[in-house]
Amino acid sequence: MARRDEELRRADRLVAPEEQDVAGPASEQPSGAGPAYSEEQPAEKALDVLPQAYGTAALAKGLPEAPGRETVRLPVLQGPPRRRRQEALISGILFVASAVSVLTTVGIVAVLLFEAASFFADVSPWEFLTGTTWAPLFQPQHFGVVPLLAGSLLVSLGAALIALPVGLASAIYLSEYASRRVNRIVKPALEVLAGIPTVVYGYFALTFVTPLLRQVWPATEIFNAASASIVMGVMIIPLVASLSEDAMSAVPRALREGAYALGATKLEVSTRTVVPAALSGIVASFILAISRAIGETMIVTIAAGATPNLTLNPFESVQTMTAYIVQVSMGEVAFGSVEYRTIFAVGLTLFALTLIMNGISIYVLRRFREVYE
Amino acid sequence: MSSPDPVRDSFDPRPKTRGNVARVSAALFLGATALGVLALVVLLADIWRDGAGSLSVDFLTSFPSRFARRAGIKPGLAGSLWILALTALFSFPLGVATAIWLEEYAPRNGWSRLIQTNIANLAAVPSVVYGILGLAVFVRGLELGRSVLAGALTLTLLILPVLIISAQEAIRAVPNSIRLAAYALGATRWQTIRQQVLPMAMPGILTGTILSLSRAVGETAPLILVGALAFVPFVPNGPLDGFTVLPMQIFDWISRPQASFHQIAAAAILVLLAVLLAFNLVAVLLRNKYTKTL
Repeated sequence: MARRDEELRRADRLVAPEEQDVAGPASEQPSGAGPAYSEEQPAEKALDVLPQAYGTAALAKGLPEAPGRETVRLPVLQGPPRRRRQEALISGILFVASAVSVLTTVGIVAVLLFEAASFFADVSPWEFLTGTTWAPLFQPQHFGVVPLLAGSLLVSLGAALIALPVGLASAIYLSEYASRRVNRIVKPALEVLAGIPTVVYGYFALTFVTPLLRQVWPATEIFNAASASIVMGVMIIPLVASLSEDAMSAVPRALREGAYALGATKLEVSTRTVVPAALSGIVASFILAISRAIGETMIVTIAAGATPNLTLNPFESVQTMTAYIVQVSMGEVAFGSVEYRTIFAVGLTLFALTLIMNGISIYVLRRFREVYE
Repeated sequence: MSSPDPVRDSFDPRPKTRGNVARVSAALFLGATALGVLALVVLLADIWRDGAGSLSVDFLTSFPSRFARRAGIKPGLAGSLWILALTALFSFPLGVATAIWLEEYAPRNGWSRLIQTNIANLAAVPSVVYGILGLAVFVRGLELGRSVLAGALTLTLLILPVLIISAQEAIRAVPNSIRLAAYALGATRWQTIRQQVLPMAMPGILTGTILSLSRAVGETAPLILVGALAFVPFVPNGPLDGFTVLPMQIFDWISRPQASFHQIAAAAILVLLAVLLAFNLVAVLLRNKYTKTL
């Protein structure tokens, strides 16, 4: 109940931002406090392009507990019977429309479970989860998903190695350092980066990054995990930067002023006050970014190759779960065969993995969110 | 008091060193931010260098060919337009209706929370999984085959969560005073929504819709699953025809080993990016208009 009240209070603040904006000593923030404190913030926030360009980022925004104002409603249906019937009808139609999203989830789970179940009737789940050879298209067939899983994780961790530090540093810069003018240039650029189709990134990886890698490290294979990792890392930088910056911008100005009053430098304010206060949002953005990297398909299909390969060497060709799904559906695999059903078994693994990671990030957001008065 | 005091012990009074560290790290943060922008510039420059030479009117109006010099993207463009139109037709009413229901009608109980959490989760499902769903339900289950319709339905489900969430935000941003005023004049809930809330929220809803659709235009993976073809020497004439889309055509050309096909892939990418840029421009214009009038 207390939580509900807190939400309503937050909602009030969104309505009247000027009340929230405690005028502090302006000289403490020479470059301007950044966009976080501007009065037009709620309107801008309501239509932030970037999180919409990213499906994943909507996860954080679509949470039921996301702060926002609730609409007032007419409590009872009023007026003559004809109007009341019309109201009921419209309400019914809208309800049916909203059921589509539930049906989508039910559909995904049902399709994956149903087809995977008939796959696991032929192949034991134990062999599937622990086997280290993946060769469903050759004789003798092997159905060990470990190499695909390892490929996905190798590429994603490589991408995380690039995107997490760079994204976090960008977020700190945008939230704490950048003037409004710099923000106006950088943010749209990051938005564009986020909106580029993945097939374009795939092209960039194969025709630009891979040749570059082969010059630096001649043993690099034409299709390799490193190139896909690097480009995928670039792709998810905006996701990390945008979500982390949202979290940091939500840290109240009073905390920063308190730290400055104690003589902290800007770096100390950023890393010892703002980042810890926004940690739940930052961690959630990290997990979401990795989850997105695991689910990414075209970059790895184009640049990482099609060799299920249990290796830690990023300069070798690997195959990810997503790339395998694409490979099979491009080829001539008979409908209903075991090979066809592998799509669903691998798809189920992929779905379960990303669902778990998204669940963790929602949990982190809810459980560790710092709420300030 | 001899017990260790963590605050005092970690206090480091050397102002000069700390000042220098702060300055260096500020440069590092700036560098990291510049890295993202730099990557964008390099990517665009690389694609422009590879593809600009192959751009021509013929390229836009020719069918694909075994010879890179004669190949064009007509079927890809036409297929993308078909997909775009059908996806918009399905997703817009569905998404807006769901958003209205959630914001204006849904009882605030476990059920609506469930739907909301469900939508948030769907937004993060990998696109290739939607492809699997489309393959099993639309291509096989409803026997639509490898058709434009199956592709559009799949992409509708893919973009629906993001569209709903952005439409919800736009509806939520309409001040309650508007609703109260309408109710005070005797309007029913639907009259209030239809005549007051929706017109005010429409620019925001349209912005979200356009951005979602631009995501649909750039998607490749789910359409591969649903069966977009790699080599299409015709333009689809109806929703049940086979099809290809621009990203699919690009993917096909990238997959070939010859450098000449990579060049026309880059040219096709330029066309795709131009289309997406136009989308985003419209979205930004709408957003600016919206922030001014409210």
